Amino acid sequence: MNTAVIHRTIGLRGYTICLGGIVKRELLKFLNQKERFLSALVRPLIWLFIFAAGFRNTLGVSIIPPYETYVLYEAYVTPGLAVMIQLFAGMQSSLSMVYDREVGSMRVLLTSPFPRWSLLLAKLLAGVIVSVVQVYVFLLIASFWQIDIPPLGYLVALPAFILAGLMLGSIGLLLSSQIKQLENFASVMNFAIFPMFFASSALYPLWRMREASELLYWICLLNPFTHAVELVRFALYLKFEPLAFIVVVAVTLVTFALSALAYDPGRGMLGRRGGLGE
Amino acid sequence: MNVMSDRPALEITDLSHRFGARLALDQVSLRVERGEFTALLGPNGAGKTTLFSIITRLYSNRSGRVSIFGHNLQVEPSAALAEMGVVFQTRTLDLDLTVRQNLAYHASLHGMGGRRAVERIEYLLDRTGLSSRAKDKVRTLSGGQSRRIEIARSLIHAPRLLLLDEATVGLDLASRADIVRIVRSLVRDEGLSVLWATHIFDEVEEDDSVYVLHHGKIIMQGRAGDIADQGGNVTLADAFRALTADANQETSR
Repeated sequence: MNTAVIHRTIGLRGYTICLGGIVKRELLKFLNQKERFLSALVRPLIWLFIFAAGFRNTLGVSIIPPYETYVLYEAYVTPGLAVMIQLFAGMQSSLSMVYDREVGSMRVLLTSPFPRWSLLLAKLLAGVIVSVVQVYVFLLIASFWQIDIPPLGYLVALPAFILAGLMLGSIGLLLSSQIKQLENFASVMNFAIFPMFFASSALYPLWRMREASELLYWICLLNPFTHAVELVRFALYLKFEPLAFIVVVAVTLVTFALSALAYDPGRGMLGRRGGLGE
Repeated sequence: MNVMSDRPALEITDLSHRFGARLALDQVSLRVERGEFTALLGPNGAGKTTLFSIITRLYSNRSGRVSIFGHNLQVEPSAALAEMGVVFQTRTLDLDLTVRQNLAYHASLHGMGGRRAVERIEYLLDRTGLSSRAKDKVRTLSGGQSRRIEIARSLIHAPRLLLLDEATVGLDLASRADIVRIVRSLVRDEGLSVLWATHIFDEVEEDDSVYVLHHGKIIMQGRAGDIADQGGNVTLADAFRALTADANQETSR
């Protein structure tokens, strides 16, 4: 086997094999961590079955798009909780990037002859696939509750979940590129996940936020997580929300491009400050 | 005639690198000839890992030039990286994946899949004597076995240059000897070019090409036997101590 053979494989087939390998590794790691799968499911289910059920009577939701009638509070929060799974999965995937850097396995990934952006994209896609699997298991369990999502909605929402996963994963990727040690990442998780989730339309519609505070309303509106939730919410009810789509795509492109730059040895932060587990 | 066929396996010219104000590498030049075992000797903190990080493109060099079989690392990174295999100082295997899964993952990172990858994995498991552990999780392997798997992994894409950064650190004597034997047999039997960074002198043989790195500078180069003979020293270790002591004195002046 000579190197001329190796060089030829870095074509489309080579990219496919590389992507498949990275996705397979993430899935194997995920399957090896059953408690991670369970905790990813338990969190939104607690919100749905305890929090939402408890607040059902006090937090009624009026008729707002995409809903065409009054809906139960559980039905309202389900899309937000589904995207919350992706938020945690995206950050968890980034956490694994920081961990991989600390233990050194990130070095192996980055010494692949494939362009660095393609390796990061493959890593991102692997994380999205894992998160989408978790989302659909959650939706399956939630479907036994009165959430009334049209059957076709589950299929139509798939691209929305993929886009939401890409955006949240890209944000996590960017965060991971700026963090040198795992300990620092924990605080970023607190400063990123909770504000993103609570200052969004996941738990309350934006008009309710506006009633409480104009400033809070604008914070929620500028929060990309809000748009990921709305994109999914509309898709689940067979509708399309153009603003949410544009924001999600734009944030994905910008954060991924910044991540690719940050992980580039010539332009990023890693080489300058001795990152990658030095 | 292909010009590339004349180029050394690794050629580093006037390479410097800084971390902020600290100069980690200072005008380093180094060559690894084809099919040759070259040792990079240096104490901890000499700059060996930084040098490896630049050669493997984890860091970018802002001055100097690195080329692998004639491929400039900055201009043709894919071609250069495809030619080299790396064993890092830190352990880089996935502990919860099996030996075979780790190797298959690395094959995919080089665009190798299907039967070709399977055959290569079987060959390397056999070569490193770990076929019987293929289905075991890496977590269950000893330090020496893990290192052998890392060597197998670094060779999965049939590179022509192998870089090993302190590959035997933390291993017992038998495991160390085992690793050295495997790597030397690859040089002898398969014509592999090797850059072996170490601070352990008895891993170096008399005919090896040696570079001594100290405080980020190459302070001596030549055949190990010739370096040992210089200044009436008996062993390479004596010569190394004398060289680094001189360099320390010059630095403190």
